[in-house]
Amino acid sequence: MSISQEDVEKVALLARLAIAPSDLPEVTERFGRVLQLVNELNTIDTEGVAPMSNPHDMVQRLRPDVVTGGDEREALMASAPQQDRGYFLVPKVID
Amino acid sequence: MTWETMMGLEVHLQLATESKIFSGSSTQFGAPPNVQADAVDLGMPGMLPVLNEEAVRFAVKFGLGIGARIGRRSIFDRKNYFYPDLPKGYQISQFFSPIVCEGVFEVPMEDGSLLPIRITRAHLEEDAGKSVHDIFNQESGIDLNRAGTPLLEIVTEPDFRSAEQAVAYLKALHSLVTYLGISDGNMAEGSMRCDINISLRRTGSDVLGTRTEIKNVNSFRFVERAIHSEVERQSDILDSGGSITQETRLYDAERDETRSMRSKEVANDYRYFPEPDLLPIEIDEAYIEAVRASLPELPAAKRARFVSEYELSDYDAALLVPDHATAAFFEEVVSLGGAAKPAANWILGDLSGALNRADLTIESSPVSAEALAGLIGRIEDGTLSSKLAKQVFDGLWQGEGATDEIIAKRGLKQVSDTGALAQLVDDVIAANPDQVAQYLAADEAKQKKLSGFFVGQIMKASQGQANPKLLNELLIKKLNDQS
Amino acid sequence: MVDSAVLHASVSELHGMLTQRQISSEELTQAFLERIDLLNGKLNAVVTVCAEQALNDARRADKRLSRGKATMLTGIPLLHKDIFCTQGIRTTCGSRMLEQFIPAYDATVVAKLKTAGVVMLGKCNMDEFAMGSSNETSFFGTVKNPWDTQCVPGGSSGGSAAALAAGMATLVTGTDTGGSIRQPASLCGITGLKPTYGRVSRLGIIAFASSLDQAGPMARSAADCAHMLTAMSGLDAGDSTSADLAVPDFFSELSGDVAGLRIGLPREYFNDDLDSSVRAQVMSALSQLEKAGAQLIDIDLPHSHYAIATYYVLAPAEASANLARYDGVRFGYRCADPADLEDLYLRSRSEGFGEEVQRRILVGTYALSAGFYDAYFNKAQQVRRVITDDFRKAFQSVDVIAGPSAPGIAFRFGAKQQDPIAMYMEDIYTLAVNLAGLPGLSAPAGLINGMPVGLQLIGKPFEESTILNAAHRLQLDTDWHLARPPIEEWQP
Repeated sequence: MSISQEDVEKVALLARLAIAPSDLPEVTERFGRVLQLVNELNTIDTEGVAPMSNPHDMVQRLRPDVVTGGDEREALMASAPQQDRGYFLVPKVID
Repeated sequence: MTWETMMGLEVHLQLATESKIFSGSSTQFGAPPNVQADAVDLGMPGMLPVLNEEAVRFAVKFGLGIGARIGRRSIFDRKNYFYPDLPKGYQISQFFSPIVCEGVFEVPMEDGSLLPIRITRAHLEEDAGKSVHDIFNQESGIDLNRAGTPLLEIVTEPDFRSAEQAVAYLKALHSLVTYLGISDGNMAEGSMRCDINISLRRTGSDVLGTRTEIKNVNSFRFVERAIHSEVERQSDILDSGGSITQETRLYDAERDETRSMRSKEVANDYRYFPEPDLLPIEIDEAYIEAVRASLPELPAAKRARFVSEYELSDYDAALLVPDHATAAFFEEVVSLGGAAKPAANWILGDLSGALNRADLTIESSPVSAEALAGLIGRIEDGTLSSKLAKQVFDGLWQGEGATDEIIAKRGLKQVSDTGALAQLVDDVIAANPDQVAQYLAADEAKQKKLSGFFVGQIMKASQGQANPKLLNELLIKKLNDQS
Repeated sequence: MVDSAVLHASVSELHGMLTQRQISSEELTQAFLERIDLLNGKLNAVVTVCAEQALNDARRADKRLSRGKATMLTGIPLLHKDIFCTQGIRTTCGSRMLEQFIPAYDATVVAKLKTAGVVMLGKCNMDEFAMGSSNETSFFGTVKNPWDTQCVPGGSSGGSAAALAAGMATLVTGTDTGGSIRQPASLCGITGLKPTYGRVSRLGIIAFASSLDQAGPMARSAADCAHMLTAMSGLDAGDSTSADLAVPDFFSELSGDVAGLRIGLPREYFNDDLDSSVRAQVMSALSQLEKAGAQLIDIDLPHSHYAIATYYVLAPAEASANLARYDGVRFGYRCADPADLEDLYLRSRSEGFGEEVQRRILVGTYALSAGFYDAYFNKAQQVRRVITDDFRKAFQSVDVIAGPSAPGIAFRFGAKQQDPIAMYMEDIYTLAVNLAGLPGLSAPAGLINGMPVGLQLIGKPFEESTILNAAHRLQLDTDWHLARPPIEEWQP
């Protein structure tokens, strides 16, 4: 299973990555090599095997419903690229 | 061409926990932007989610409330897409294994029937933040206070056939979740949001049509109108041989029509996969039984009990039960001695009217349950006529004092003294010989009508204080004696 | 002036010297700061030096020492891989995306080590977002291997390994998702341990692949690793994947006794693909353990060769989601003058991320996308379980599994840049250990042509003590771990 430049562009859009047209062939070729590597998974029979998300059989711990922490806005927004009046700013979005 | 409307509803319910589903930030409404968004909510590098136990309990409460199967082992998944109000670039939700599985919710309809709506699933997820577009000139502002608030997404099968059914469902859902204490279920405030999936199919066919999704309709009225306008739009298209585009639409209340949403996500592929930062939630029998034991009496059971215990009509019960504060008020009135039927009438009538006009909820009623019970008692013991009772009610509402005080102050005590009443009747009969003659000459049906004249005169003379029942008895007897 | 021997002293030795006031933590810290100043221009192992804070921490440590309230790690200088968030101190993750990022919080590991008394000297260079095996993908330039500055130090904890080997700190932290502690440890001749998944909290560590990442100690000996591991480990309520298990005093569990220890040698690791010189060194190390009473047993891990395919689906997939938060909105790199929202995303991410990171995001996004989830992601999760079961079965008859840490010695810069796969193969022996969540370490096993090579020891879940003890035994009987790169011979 190889991949086309068009497919790579679609995936890039989903991931919000811009690939320069001049880079597209090489990116596609290298991507294709990784795919070749992972295609080896096709050769193993995993019928009836449960997928594993986490290596141990642990179960989710629950946290009590208590408010912890207060207003950290100043500290946390200190690294904001653009902010005003307490809001993070982005170019205007039209819904 | 006749079309059958097929609809499914997806309701996003904000759960009324103190803190967020995956972080310890407060969920309180109305704070200045971003003061209730900690590092986890902001998706800062290295931050991790930890699950709020109350969100789990609320979800299980809901599941038990609709008799659904609870998922013994449910999993969180990442739903991946880019939007500025989604800080991590993914929403933690449940896709593969929700915490609440299939159930049936019986919706009480206005005609007293129960409409069974199949709930496909209900799952936990985190809310996104908010964007504001009208504060800044060139920019949109992002406020992440809401990001991470727990949501329960409740999905139905396409079992709805009319706007009426959809609205009845939403009202019943609101009632259930407020009874369970898991949410305010307030559409106007955004704690209950409704998306409607609508398609039309030829009557008699079993092939589903292409559906559209109408998002974020925020009142019962708008739900009804949005459905009507979308059904009309779709049937117009189909009737003229066109086809429906699968898309998301918004309801425009001003124009009373739906319009296509400028796609904020290009044909989105959410790439769901199990959330590796969270582990499966395991729920055992003991936990479920503990939650079940903590459930309050639910609306359906309360309706049935009101009918059997208080001998109320289905109609009255159906009106008293949906708001649990109202139901509680009713029971308090009865426990304090008020007769059930009058209590229902007063609550659903005068009290309800007054509360609506003053824009108050029953919890803030100036007329307490005790006061109402007292008022009803005075009617039952003959002190007060129902008509005059309304004046006393006004007095209670204005805070003029207790029932007896108002009766005394305003001089409203009902005249039930037969001697005094007889005198009043005699006086009026004597003063109106022509009407008496008319009465005696008329047939039974007309007599009933004509007696009203005399009653009116007597009431006027007694400033409304004549006991109507006794008055009537005496009047009829004395009139007949004239013949 | 301070004897340069302290730059390579062990924690125990330094603790003795500090408590006996033969040296102060301030003097020790100053010596390391000077060492960094001297060598970093050439090695590029450290991206941020925190001289002022370090000296303040050192003075505080000296006060504790003088009051007799010191613990083993009090006043010991340490460097953190720049993947650990450090409050008020730039944390770059080797990326332009976080070049200016200053966290408002400490990672749990940072806080714990601070409580244990370490003196943080600064932050180490690394492969960008921990993706790499040679420290060639860092935005801040390549790191040189102190043993041969024409060669890579390994990665992604390349800066950490190089800094430690060059005597820039007593201890360094690293993270390991597919081998990023063990492989650079092997290439730089130091000891590095990846704990069992869940042993150490991940809170505050910039995530690469959430179900595979683990933080771990890198030091000059198993004994020093043990000290660090005790301080780093433990349940963290803020990390749902953190294990609720008691933390032993790993150092006190080092008995040095390996009599009867059953060491499994997977046939799949010791096949014809294994370089003969590497095999020779690894076998030499194992025969030392055999002499000390361990038993070497041939075992099978039949699905080993699927580890790389499995890893290169799962890790990029998780990473593609973990890196979605880098969007130029709330922190990190933002492109200049974005025309609209889409432009903001596309350019901030394409300019902020390097080539390898972008490639892995693409692969990961693809593996999760509609139509491919079953064939790639779900399939890989199934194979993950098969691989884990291989280990479980093998551990029924052995206590430890051994093999090489890396397929070879440090390679030259650019040698593996032609084909991404060539680079991925560096982790061929380490990847499966992360998939199975097992503890694994690399200990020095001598030199090949003057370049270090490592022995990998893999343990059962939460049995770090067993592998640390075996490495400790090795280090009692050999002096490979004491070898130093020929830095003193450099011309300034």
